[in-house]
Amino acid sequence: MKHEIKLFVNDIPYNITVNSQDTLLYALRDILHLTGTKKGCGEGECGACTVIMDGEAVRSCLILAVEADGKKIITIEGVSANGKLSRVQRAFVEAGAIQCGFCTPGFVMAIEAALRKKKTKKEELIKAVSGHLCRCTGYENIIKAIDKIVRG
Amino acid sequence: MDSVGKSFVRKDAASKATGAALFTADLKFPEMLFAATIRSPKPHIKILGIDDAKAREVMGVVGIYYAKDIPGENVVPLVFMDYPFLAEKEAKFQGQPIGLVVARDINTARKAVRLVKIKYRELRTVFDPLDAMKKTAPKIYGRDNIFKKFIVKKGNTKSAKPDVEVEDVFTTNYQVHAYLETQSMVAVPQPDGGVNVYGSMQCPFYVQDAVKKILGVPYNKVKIVQQTTGGAFGGKEDVPSIVAGHAAVLAAKTGKPVKLIYTREEDFQAMSKRHPGWAKIKYGAKKNGKIVSCEVKYILDGGAFSTLSPIVLWRGTVHAAGPYEIPNVYIETYAVATNKVPCGAYRGFGQPQIAFANESLIDILAEKLGMNPLEIRRINAIKKGGRTETGHKITGSIGLDKTINLAVKSAGWNRKWKHPSSKSGSRRYGIGMATSIYGVGLGAGGKHLAKSGSFVQVEPDGSVLVAVGNTEMGQGARTVLSQIAAEALGAPYEMVDLMATDTSRVPDSGPTVASRTTVMSGNSILNACKSIRKRIDDTVRKMLKAKGRVIAKDGFYHIGGKKVSYANAIARAWADRIHLTAAGWFRVEGTTYNEKNGQGDAYFTYTYSTMVAEVEVDVETGEVSILNFVSAHDIGKAINPKLAEGQIQGGGLQGIGYGTCENLVLENGKILNPNFTGYIVPTAVDAPPIKPIIVEEKYKGGPFGAKGLGEPPLICAAPAVANAIYNATGKRIKSLPIIPEKLVC
Ligand code: FES
Ligand code: FES
Repeated sequence: MKHEIKLFVNDIPYNITVNSQDTLLYALRDILHLTGTKKGCGEGECGACTVIMDGEAVRSCLILAVEADGKKIITIEGVSANGKLSRVQRAFVEAGAIQCGFCTPGFVMAIEAALRKKKTKKEELIKAVSGHLCRCTGYENIIKAIDKIVRG
Repeated sequence: MDSVGKSFVRKDAASKATGAALFTADLKFPEMLFAATIRSPKPHIKILGIDDAKAREVMGVVGIYYAKDIPGENVVPLVFMDYPFLAEKEAKFQGQPIGLVVARDINTARKAVRLVKIKYRELRTVFDPLDAMKKTAPKIYGRDNIFKKFIVKKGNTKSAKPDVEVEDVFTTNYQVHAYLETQSMVAVPQPDGGVNVYGSMQCPFYVQDAVKKILGVPYNKVKIVQQTTGGAFGGKEDVPSIVAGHAAVLAAKTGKPVKLIYTREEDFQAMSKRHPGWAKIKYGAKKNGKIVSCEVKYILDGGAFSTLSPIVLWRGTVHAAGPYEIPNVYIETYAVATNKVPCGAYRGFGQPQIAFANESLIDILAEKLGMNPLEIRRINAIKKGGRTETGHKITGSIGLDKTINLAVKSAGWNRKWKHPSSKSGSRRYGIGMATSIYGVGLGAGGKHLAKSGSFVQVEPDGSVLVAVGNTEMGQGARTVLSQIAAEALGAPYEMVDLMATDTSRVPDSGPTVASRTTVMSGNSILNACKSIRKRIDDTVRKMLKAKGRVIAKDGFYHIGGKKVSYANAIARAWADRIHLTAAGWFRVEGTTYNEKNGQGDAYFTYTYSTMVAEVEVDVETGEVSILNFVSAHDIGKAINPKLAEGQIQGGGLQGIGYGTCENLVLENGKILNPNFTGYIVPTAVDAPPIKPIIVEEKYKGGPFGAKGLGEPPLICAAPAVANAIYNATGKRIKSLPIIPEKLVC
């Protein structure tokens, strides 16, 4: 079945038509062409598809597009406004926390969400990414990026 | 040096941080179609017929294709030619591709796949490689199910006369690459009958071979472009050839761009993995600890098709005695066919399995001799002038002793190592170590591939385009090779960049594997830059009205006390219409290895490694926590130390995962846990601090002295942890992974 839904993505309103089984991830990547959000598993197991929905970090592969109707969504494209890296992104770049980069948007969004909820302690930020997989870095430099963010 | 040895931020970091980097799944082409794969439902079947009438009726299905529809040859070109792109009459593992559906959207393609009914008769199966070697086993490959056998014979183990002998059997399970981006390809048909393929891959020239083969078109009609690749670790060496071949056939059949992306489950079920290993190994030593003989029988479970098993086995074979100088060695190895998913390349390539055996057994030997594991390694570690098991005399760039010394010092070994009998309580501390030797590059096993092309072009503004045949897959090749080019040209690093790897830019440069990229593409770039530099230097001499050697430093070219800036020299050269473009080439001259007795130089140089793990084991639950992990490597020269450290940390954690938690479960050839819920890879919460140590014993054949680093960080991580667990508990676990269940029973 087709549904008309409204999404506010990175402050821009969109009216789109989706199928009942389409995920929010599908709507973002395949309908709105916002491909910065990644699909690593499609089963909620890796965190690569993380976006912020009404202030909460969510796995967009687990949310149906129709459930996101009317919601405010921030994707990785929305955090580096005007091409300037956010402080989370800068920390990842400088700390060497990026190798293949497929996991990076998900990690960045999880930390952005935590910071927006005033969670600024190291343990809180590590907890925010504890369910995210990165196969390249061994996490060491991701933790270093978190240290940088905490230090400000 | 201005560029080499500096920890520049990687070139692709910012675009990856913003999500702008384009991975294959992010590509869109007009009228693009989507594909899904029809797979064998059982591990060994005779295909009697296929009923796809229902699938063809689904709205949006454009076509369904089988082996008979392949215009070229139905065989994936790898080492041996036994793996068909699509099974025709017989399928030999569960998940083997049989057909392809192409549809207007991905959900439709997958729905149609579910509606295809394969009629089949089940055939006899064999799942254990030791059973497969028996005469009575059903035949999966050839007459004996043996893909390949090697021997190495050095000295005579029968006349070694050791005072002490130790012997044991060690086994290892599969390891899944678990790269975050699943296999992905897009094939775009070209008006003249050719095809462009964009995809996630390590080895564009393997993919080109495959697409040429399956379409039956000439090489110059097949262009392969690597997209930003979301991790590979060996898992995108051979199998992308299959995915690309499938996408290319569909593009040729439909005349439309076709995207083929695997689901995570499909990737688990059907893509290559690290071979399960079985090794029986014996060391004989004198009372003073000197090892005098080593005998090994080593078997790899290759799965249903040979893919890369012969060369994975070869690497395992020529490293099977460990990083020790042993006068008498006999090694016999087999890669064997079973009715399971084919195994292929995974970081370490046949070495981690046997390293677990070597490095566990040498600790057992130390214990029997009443020695400390450090002492026995110090006595036997190969040194300058020593000979490897293949008789290769190591004359330079050998830092094994240094890695041992620095690693144990960093970990505080002498203070912390205590015999297991002194431990008590429910939470026990342990420390363990392991060492490895790693032949850089393909060595004698792949000498026909030991070549590498490059293309370097200096633009009028001084910016530099570099193209090579090796790929960036997250390891940092784009950055490291840019540094090498910048140093050689005297150009500022910021002005140099590597283009996406594209088979139409450079000739076949072999695969991006075996930690060979820095040396092979690096040397090829040096070759190209040398001829460009010659022409720049001539211009500089003219501009400075001076003779003699031109030195590039700090963005200037200097002769004596005179200097001209890089930008001005390049502008002048262009104004004078000097040709500032060059194609580079590098090939490795012959290795002397002889397959008959396994003797001779197997590689041009070796990387040496030592790892020390500190653990705490809860003896009641079997829970292991890694408290500290030190990983020291002699890599010749770190072109970019920070990226080198990143390789050490990432590879280290993959090795720790291999040793402790990554456990693929198969039942009758079917994978029972094809997902991240069932197959546990380490997360940020379990990640221990990994301390990288870099030793630089320069290799004179490498660019600025560099050797290779991609694989060694994984190789002896698991045995270091296993030895630490033994040191904590007195329990010697002889099979990987060491999951808690094995420690409590
Ligand atoms: S893609 Fe959503 S959690 Fe992996
Ligand atoms: S950088 Fe590759 S998965 Fe994290």
